[in-house]
Amino acid sequence: MTPKLEAQDIRLDYFQPRTNTRLTALAGVNLQVMDGEFVSIVGPSGCGKTTFLSVVDGLIAASAGRILVEGKVVTRPGPDRAVVFQDASLLPWRTVLGNVVYGLECVGIGKREAKTRASHFIDMVGLAGFENHYPYELSGGMQQRVNLARALVMDPKILLMDEPFASLDAQTREAMQEELLHIWAKAGKTVLFVTHQIDEAIYLSDRVVVFSGRPGKVKEIITVGIERPRALGLKRDARFHAIEDRIWSLIDDDTDRSRHA
Amino acid sequence: MSTKENFYLRHERATLGTIMVLMTLIFWEGLERGWWADALHPVLGESAERLQLERIFISSPTLVASAAFRMFFVTGEIWRDIAWSALGYGLGLALAIVIGIPLGLAAGWYRRFSYAIDPFLSALNATPQVAFLPLIVVWVGTGLGARVLIIVLLAVLPIAINARAAVRTTDPRLIKVASSFGAGDFRLFRTIILPSAVPFLLAALRLAIGRGMIGVVVGEIYGSAAGIGAMISQAGSRFQTDKVFVGVLTIVAAGLILIEIVQRIERRVEAWRPPVQV
Repeated sequence: MTPKLEAQDIRLDYFQPRTNTRLTALAGVNLQVMDGEFVSIVGPSGCGKTTFLSVVDGLIAASAGRILVEGKVVTRPGPDRAVVFQDASLLPWRTVLGNVVYGLECVGIGKREAKTRASHFIDMVGLAGFENHYPYELSGGMQQRVNLARALVMDPKILLMDEPFASLDAQTREAMQEELLHIWAKAGKTVLFVTHQIDEAIYLSDRVVVFSGRPGKVKEIITVGIERPRALGLKRDARFHAIEDRIWSLIDDDTDRSRHA
Repeated sequence: MSTKENFYLRHERATLGTIMVLMTLIFWEGLERGWWADALHPVLGESAERLQLERIFISSPTLVASAAFRMFFVTGEIWRDIAWSALGYGLGLALAIVIGIPLGLAAGWYRRFSYAIDPFLSALNATPQVAFLPLIVVWVGTGLGARVLIIVLLAVLPIAINARAAVRTTDPRLIKVASSFGAGDFRLFRTIILPSAVPFLLAALRLAIGRGMIGVVVGEIYGSAAGIGAMISQAGSRFQTDKVFVGVLTIVAAGLILIEIVQRIERRVEAWRPPVQV
């Protein structure tokens, strides 16, 4: 079966003009995500997880390797992939509705249809009634939900999420994780999720990809194997802890090495 | 709380402002009429004379008011001057906007264009643009063209410079969002850069309004037969100080009205901003 998303030997080199050095950010990343899967990427700081996501989305061009969506090579951003960034980055001069339809506008969907679709997803993320609010009137969590609706409304083949809950407080973050699973179950999307928080990665995903320290490569892929639907209480389960320990030790390896290097 | 205190607190801004203006007017009137001189004579003796000033120097609120009444409603002479100045000002400001905004936006967007025009913008900005007046008069004479030109010179700079700054300080995260949805340059400009620039442009407009006024007055003083600036200059040389004040106050009023209009537009257009004032 063709993977929904495939990364083939992605390499990325930077040239730094100031220090006149070549920096390798990604050193051959290979990854496959199947249809409907929820896959997370974790790794030590600076390992290139976010950079990799930008390459998948087409915002950065890889130095070598290919990205394939449903078997076809992609090189630039397109409606088949939508990103949810850590910063909600809502257009402050537009209402919630105006923000959610933005992507649809960019691909030429008509106003009325865009509005209908947007309302559906605004409702799905739990913000029904807030269509005419401005971003400054919303809390951080609500802004992220608008961000999520904006991505979902594009009906992308793949949803890319770059630490979307990192700027939320711990309680809101936990609540959003649970909500995300509900929304994901309803929307049925394929998700690639980057995060620093290991418990978040395990809780949300079918598989967790552990990146090595810079330069970034796939160190190991761990299958979570815990049945769904998942309650937040799962985080105190023994099986959960076992997986957490495993991932921590993998990451610690690399963090130590880079510290003593 | 008594009703007096209540009233004051609710209208604090208007009350304080009005009281200060009234006190200034009373002080002014007293200077011309000699109220303070007379009152303090017993205490200061001879030197109290200093507290009364001749009307050709300072005029007085009542004199100015009656001159204004005459000029506006009896002879109607001032309306022609107002129309004359307004024509030059309006044309100059419009031209400054039409030139300044695209120029500034282009300079913000295209790095090389900015490098190319930087020397000129900086030079113009650093000089008092009215120093160009003699040159302008040599080029286009002393008619409408000269006045419009000097107003354009004065008003175009804040507009262009602010427009450039607006583009340069567009939130890069928003540009990232637009790019991630595949927005092309034109859409990026229309949906992200332009709306982001509007507050800057309106602020620049307020600056341009004030500077344009300078252009009106100086341009006319230098070489025009009619207009508010010319009227002020002529009245001044004849020591008709009351008329001078009428002219000055007319300009002040015009400026305040225009700025108020811009502020109303700003309020309407920036409904999306979180309120910051206390």
